[in-house]
Amino acid sequence: MRNQTQRVEIETGVPTQPAGPILSARNLTKLYNAGTAREVVALTDVNFDIFPGDLVSIVGPSGCGKSTLLRALAGLSRPTAGSLLIDGEPLINPGPKAAMVFQQPVLLPWRTILDNVMLPIEFRELPIANHRAHALDLLASVGLAGFEARFPHELSGGMQQRAAIVRALVQDPQILLMDEPFGALDAMTREQMNLDVLKLWQQTGKTIVFVTHSITEAIFLSQRVFVMTARPGRLAREITVDLPFPRGLDVINTDAFGVNAGEVRALLQARSEI
Amino acid sequence: MSGIANHVEVAPAGVAQPARGGLPMLLRRAPERIVAPLIALLLLGAWEFATHVLDVPEFILPQPEAVWSALIGGLSHGAFDRGGYWYHAGITVYESVAGLVLGSVVGAVLGFAFGASRGLERSVYPFIIAFQALPKVALAPLLVIWFGLGFNGKIYITAIITFFPVLIAALAGSHAVDPDRLDLARSCNARPLQIMRKIVIPSAMPFLFAGLNVASALAVLGAIVGEFVGARAGLGMLLIQYDQAMEIAPLFAILIILGIIGFALNQSIRIVERRVCFWAQRRDLTSL
Repeated sequence: MRNQTQRVEIETGVPTQPAGPILSARNLTKLYNAGTAREVVALTDVNFDIFPGDLVSIVGPSGCGKSTLLRALAGLSRPTAGSLLIDGEPLINPGPKAAMVFQQPVLLPWRTILDNVMLPIEFRELPIANHRAHALDLLASVGLAGFEARFPHELSGGMQQRAAIVRALVQDPQILLMDEPFGALDAMTREQMNLDVLKLWQQTGKTIVFVTHSITEAIFLSQRVFVMTARPGRLAREITVDLPFPRGLDVINTDAFGVNAGEVRALLQARSEI
Repeated sequence: MSGIANHVEVAPAGVAQPARGGLPMLLRRAPERIVAPLIALLLLGAWEFATHVLDVPEFILPQPEAVWSALIGGLSHGAFDRGGYWYHAGITVYESVAGLVLGSVVGAVLGFAFGASRGLERSVYPFIIAFQALPKVALAPLLVIWFGLGFNGKIYITAIITFFPVLIAALAGSHAVDPDRLDLARSCNARPLQIMRKIVIPSAMPFLFAGLNVASALAVLGAIVGEFVGARAGLGMLLIQYDQAMEIAPLFAILIILGIIGFALNQSIRIVERRVCFWAQRRDLTSL
């Protein structure tokens, strides 16, 4: 039911927000080595709401805690203080609602592409047979048909990261958490991958939280950009991107895009001058 | 000037190319296929020279021909004939392989268990280090008293000697697992046993095989030491017998057989490694 209503919204071209947030952070704080001389404040007082079907980017310099924040959203790292709710419930452990795409593809070299994609299904002990069909469909949808039986080293970096995205999608999560997934790819491949993420979002209506240090990528892949600053890691401001969907690469050259990019850059620079 | 240089350069390149296919080409591409046999020939020549020209006494270094005929003589018996080498070699191989399997399994299980639990590692590891510091060959007489002159004592000695390198390898392998792989598993709610089976153990395989390679070289040593102390059969027992009878040529023949057994054991491990860790080998190749 939920999926259907979301799809309908997407087709009208203007995703609207249903009532409750799917991810909600209040006064989120994360300390490393808390209480010792080497205490590091990775995140302090982070607040936000992300609604179902949102496309949100988190942008900031290295060490601003954006990866820490994403790991907390994935349930991989527990916040020191504050609350984190997923679909209204406290987020304590990794759950089936969110799936993570890492900086590296993290494909197991001894498994074929299909077996890699099926790994989460094996871990969650879900029925293999019907998920296998789903996995094959997903692989085909990202242009990896015919590569199911190949091993990761036989694929290019971009193809490997596509397989990693399929591995996240095969669990049918509501939220896709992407941690600088295209940082290691060349510029051309990266642009194509950005277009593919937009297409994926429009077709599936998933909530996507995308971490990047590229201002262009952040704005291109967002309805809202969370700008973070470092030492301590804070959410400085939230910028709304009003560019229409579907977006093509030409949107990057528009004035509106430039205005947004200027805003983000100003926030990041103001902070780094202090 | 440059015209001449060009001429000189171009002509031989065109002409010499086909003639170069033979020895020099092989020397550049695969020098081991020429140099290795040359070294073997050189050693054999030196051996012949020492025994025939320098007249080194036979009880110090027997003539190659004598060793060869002892080897052929010893191998011309049936597999169950106690008078021949096959029988004793079979027993030594059995003890080595059984001890290696036992030691490796115990070492791998302990290594992965330590890798999974810091507490366990900290509690038990000091004892294993202390035990490892003991020269384990010194345990051989004790084990022969405990388990008698049969196979078991030799298998246990071999296991004790071989388990440590495998344990270290499994432990190092578990610690070296890419943290991203563990995060991936945890983000899918994987249980500890699933992480062990699907992530840690396969990731650690190249390490484990490095340990097995070391252990395979130690396996024959364990069996031979056990047989030295007391045995009814085996190449180690034969060695002691020939030594006491001052029959040096058959003693050399047995040494050759031991070398072949050790080499074969190591090669079998490598063949299994190539099948199990095919992905690690391929990655090495692509990074070249």
